[in-house]
Amino acid sequence: MNWIRQRLDSIKEPFSKGKKYEKFAPAINALDTFLFVPNHTTQKGAHVRDAVDLKRVMITVVMALIPALIFGTWNAGYQYLSQIQETVGFWEAIGEGAIKVVPMIVVSYAVGLGIEFAFAIFRGHEVNEGYLVTGLLIPMVMPVDIPLWMVAISVVFAVLIGKEAFGGTGMNILNPALTARAFAFFAYPTYMSGNAVWVSEAGNLDAVSGETILGKLAAGTEVPYSTMDMFSGLIPGSVAETSTVCILAGALLLILTKVGSWRIIVSGFLGAACMAFIFNMIGGSFPDNDLVNFPWYNHLVIGGLAFGIVFMATDPVSAAQTYKGKWIYGFLIGLFAVMIRIFNPAYPEGIMLAILLMNVFAPTIDHYVIEGNIKKRKNRVKAQVKTAV
Amino acid sequence: MSKDIKVKKGLNLRFKGEAEQVLVDAPKSKTFAIKPPDFHAVVPKLVLKEGAKVLAGEVLFYSKYNEAVKISSPVSGSIKEIVRGAKRRVLEIVIEADAVNSYKEYGQLNVATSDSETVKNRIFESGCGAFIKQRPYDILANPDDSPKAIYVSVYNTAPLAADPAFVLADQKAEFQEGLNALKKLTAGKVYVAVNAKSSDFKDLQGVELLNVSGPHPAGNVGVHVQETEPMNMGDRVWTVGPEDVAIIGRLFLTGKVDAKRTIAVAGTDAKEKKYFRTYIGANVADLIGQVDESKSRIISGDVLTGLKLSNNQYVGFYDNTITVIPEGNNYRAFGWLPFTYNNIHSMSKTSLSWMFPNKKYDVNTNLNGEERALVVTGEMEEVMPLDIYPMQLLKACMTGNIEKMENLGIYEVIPEDFALIDYVNTSKIEAQEIIRLGLDLMITEVG
Repeated sequence: MNWIRQRLDSIKEPFSKGKKYEKFAPAINALDTFLFVPNHTTQKGAHVRDAVDLKRVMITVVMALIPALIFGTWNAGYQYLSQIQETVGFWEAIGEGAIKVVPMIVVSYAVGLGIEFAFAIFRGHEVNEGYLVTGLLIPMVMPVDIPLWMVAISVVFAVLIGKEAFGGTGMNILNPALTARAFAFFAYPTYMSGNAVWVSEAGNLDAVSGETILGKLAAGTEVPYSTMDMFSGLIPGSVAETSTVCILAGALLLILTKVGSWRIIVSGFLGAACMAFIFNMIGGSFPDNDLVNFPWYNHLVIGGLAFGIVFMATDPVSAAQTYKGKWIYGFLIGLFAVMIRIFNPAYPEGIMLAILLMNVFAPTIDHYVIEGNIKKRKNRVKAQVKTAV
Repeated sequence: MSKDIKVKKGLNLRFKGEAEQVLVDAPKSKTFAIKPPDFHAVVPKLVLKEGAKVLAGEVLFYSKYNEAVKISSPVSGSIKEIVRGAKRRVLEIVIEADAVNSYKEYGQLNVATSDSETVKNRIFESGCGAFIKQRPYDILANPDDSPKAIYVSVYNTAPLAADPAFVLADQKAEFQEGLNALKKLTAGKVYVAVNAKSSDFKDLQGVELLNVSGPHPAGNVGVHVQETEPMNMGDRVWTVGPEDVAIIGRLFLTGKVDAKRTIAVAGTDAKEKKYFRTYIGANVADLIGQVDESKSRIISGDVLTGLKLSNNQYVGFYDNTITVIPEGNNYRAFGWLPFTYNNIHSMSKTSLSWMFPNKKYDVNTNLNGEERALVVTGEMEEVMPLDIYPMQLLKACMTGNIEKMENLGIYEVIPEDFALIDYVNTSKIEAQEIIRLGLDLMITEVG
């Protein structure tokens, strides 16, 4: 390790203050901090600091994403191969899926981190670690067959318009990963929705039924999957959204490490369950609408709902920031996700729009929660004036 | 009269290197110093020139904008040097101390039979007013005010800090007399916060006892104010450090300003971890010797709120702790991997250190990361027992939005209330500094 450290120090030499490549220091520092926690000491304020830093938090989220990613890679291969051959081996499916998924991840990281580095150098600040998560989330919420150049353009849009335009990491209003998906969804609808995009090559193979469950429900065709299939994730869908069980494993890690807000996750599922339950209750009046009559517990495990609530809604920057606000924010996301799903068959998945909508309203929710605190303070003054009179 | 305060939010930091409860007399320093920057927002007007003789308790300087705010010398001797910094700002007034102190006589005064005006005048003319700090803003008390209440905390929950119960063990009578004097300064109550779990100080007279329990910052005055008489705009409360109350008590009992200070020397790099008795403004070398500054850091105060010192500098006016901990100027390979380096304490569950709640940790000054944008939410609230929204208040301070700062409760906080936020926050934001700048803005804009 010492040897690596010395090599690094000599590489960094021309980037130090007053030297030739000083401007590019953020780029080299970002690489350095991936190997070593820097030797910076406290200069003001408290002299000792907690061991946690942003990199640790972000890597924890990446770790939480791994089960869903591995399952998604396998499922992408499995869904494709199971249509054209009798038996599918585990490694065969993983290999087939990896051929599709890995290039998407590479493109997402290369383009996104490229822009992040450029902005860090341009604005003279260090590279923030937020994109480590965003860059992995983006390919995970795309259909498996989306062309790589569309991934690249979506990333550019998300990072430039979704994040840097608002001032960079920590300032964005919308979740960048969802911004990328929304951009792709509206810009290239034929690649992002319909019945032919969710299983690789589905459009070219007659035998393949690549429709998602939500799509089938909206179209009124029969759903050939059991609740267990939906829960384990053996269904078509975006790369990593299908397996609720893997997503819950990630959720567990996020909650135990307190990196993801359990308030948002719990209230999100609660909101979705409530809404679906209400629709189930009044389902008799809509005998033709399969989505209304779809059991509420199944609503929780299909589509991107679980993925969205666990990994997207909990993004601390775009979520509500107060404890109470988080409850309201999560609940409304679940509520709206199911409502959009059921009422608007043109958008068979509502979670994306529900989260983006609540991202916009999160500051308003916080405003009213904080207003309560302010009011308490003002009432105290009023009471004091009264007793004085 | 007493009241129980149970603090739920906060964080007890357990670090190695506590001071042993043994009291020794430090060798009397050859030089002492009073540092005007210790008195925030005071512009000093010097009374004495270099070379002049000074008695212990004689006024050294007063505030340029309020002559009644005076600071006096802790020891007798001659003024050796006036150290100035940029723009000729006075940084230190160094006093070459006599071997034995000779005191300026203020004359004994019976607090019980004196009226409040006399008591107040005595305290401020002798320079003991410097021991009284005002909330809001964390500045020196203005003698023209009459505070809503006065708070003294004899329960220190900060890591590695001096234990006031031990410090005051042999000064109980003076402490009680000091409280009696403080009682004359306010029409309201004098609150003394004590450790609910110990039996010390339960016999104090004429004060409202607050039995405090819970994690740090349970011992901070900010919490006590909120739980008793919350601050509103325009309110003034005063706070006095525990040993400073005893000094005020001695002023009335003996007629002299006997500025004894008991200092706990703590931290893993300190050679003798004991309590030393000396006078205010002692030379730090007399307590800890010479330290290799590239390897160790000397802190005047506790690790959360103290100031960095160099060898041969002087202990801060209010500080009763000297902490010496290793400098953390080393690299850690892959230190950002979750669940690694569990030997470094973390409140975050991304480290496994939460599994060992009673373990004591080695601690150094490494920042354990780099400053980043504010991303993580909810962690500041976990260590903030005050009824405010810390992150929102910090942001209001950063943007200098005065109305928002008022609404969010800037009058209820001082920098030390944000010390734990400095410690825990993932983005390594300097919360105490931001609050201090915010308070300074309030002083200039609102006053």
